[in-house]
Amino acid sequence: MVGKILRIEKNVGDRVDEDDVVIVMEAMKMEIPVVSPASGLIKVIKISPGQAVEVGDLLAEIE
Amino acid sequence: MGLSHLEAGQVLMMLIGSLLLYLGIRRGFEPLLLLPIGFGAILVNIPQAELMEEGGVLRFFYDTGILTEVFPILIFIGIGAMTDFQPLLENPKIILLGAAGQFGIFLTLLLALALGFDKLEAVAVAIIGACDGPTAIYVSSKYAPHLLGAVSVAAYSYMSLVPLIQPPIMRLLTTEREKKIVMGIEKRPVSKTTKILFPVVVTIAASLIAPLGTPLIGMVMLGNLMRESGVVERLKNASENEITNIVTLLLGLSIGATMEAAKFLRVETLMVLGLGFIAISLDTVMGVLFGKLMCFLTGGRINPLIGAAGISAFPMSARVVQVEGQRYNKKNYLLMHALSANASGQIGSIVAAGIMLSVLKGMGIV
Repeated sequence: MVGKILRIEKNVGDRVDEDDVVIVMEAMKMEIPVVSPASGLIKVIKISPGQAVEVGDLLAEIE
Repeated sequence: MGLSHLEAGQVLMMLIGSLLLYLGIRRGFEPLLLLPIGFGAILVNIPQAELMEEGGVLRFFYDTGILTEVFPILIFIGIGAMTDFQPLLENPKIILLGAAGQFGIFLTLLLALALGFDKLEAVAVAIIGACDGPTAIYVSSKYAPHLLGAVSVAAYSYMSLVPLIQPPIMRLLTTEREKKIVMGIEKRPVSKTTKILFPVVVTIAASLIAPLGTPLIGMVMLGNLMRESGVVERLKNASENEITNIVTLLLGLSIGATMEAAKFLRVETLMVLGLGFIAISLDTVMGVLFGKLMCFLTGGRINPLIGAAGISAFPMSARVVQVEGQRYNKKNYLLMHALSANASGQIGSIVAAGIMLSVLKGMGIV
């Protein structure tokens, strides 16, 4: 989705379950939670709040 | 003294005007429109002030801007200058949903005729189903100006109520499995040439199909061409800001001025409000059903929920789809797809209005 990163709810190294909210984005003046596609550990977070993102951009990696 | 001439109906209308002011100022519902409409409604119900009589100032705005259809037409240029049709161009097959979302207009037309509305009044009532304020104002000012107040209040209220009206219908009509369909990214690059050609091609094609819709689609696309061409930044900015702002103020006041107690406090007004609600609900029903058909034809690659965004209420309706989709599947991001449908709905409502008028003209009704 095209939009702006609003907040990052988790840190690198955090354990997340599937469907946990990792990042909150803003698009069309609404907040959209971006959830974890799987359970695991957050390895890297590629973006920071305020950053604009495009369709297909990598936001974070989970292992 | 005016006070001794004050009638109960006028007091009631002033209260309704105040309610519109409250909704605009305190609740943030379409304040740019509700504030001038509400205030206009109060002014026109003051006895002996005669603002809507021959020579009155509100009558002047109404005669010059509404009866001539100039105000809504000018608003359309601004809408075109503000709208980015990119989401639509990226995913052209979604345009079908923008057509399906207009069926409420036609179904409501039949219903209004069955309820005994005069033919021209039925047209004005049905157009609330376009879910598009300026289109509704244009059509009703042209064919049934005495219903303008009721039609525009209905159109704008229901547009702001889209987040309440649509979700129950969407939930009811889709299966658990359909609600959870994740739609992949289908993004094709759109060249600048395409974006410039789009308004010209759409104007010619749509106007040939529905000549009576030409003033509407023509003005929207003129505004859009100014935006996309990038060579008339000044005209584009003026359309988007100064012209739209001035016209919005005068348009709102003039609409408020049609809300005189004797003309507004009628059973007809309640029927207009009721039918308008039905029109928007039927749009949603038809959009979602068509979404289900597309889902079936594409082997389950389209989430039928985005069909609800095939109406003109932009971007409210696309937001509703995003929220609903994520309610059933947290990993679902339907916003971009819904925006494509929503942008099609904006064009769809104008074309549908044009088609309806052209058909009625062919039948000798308008």
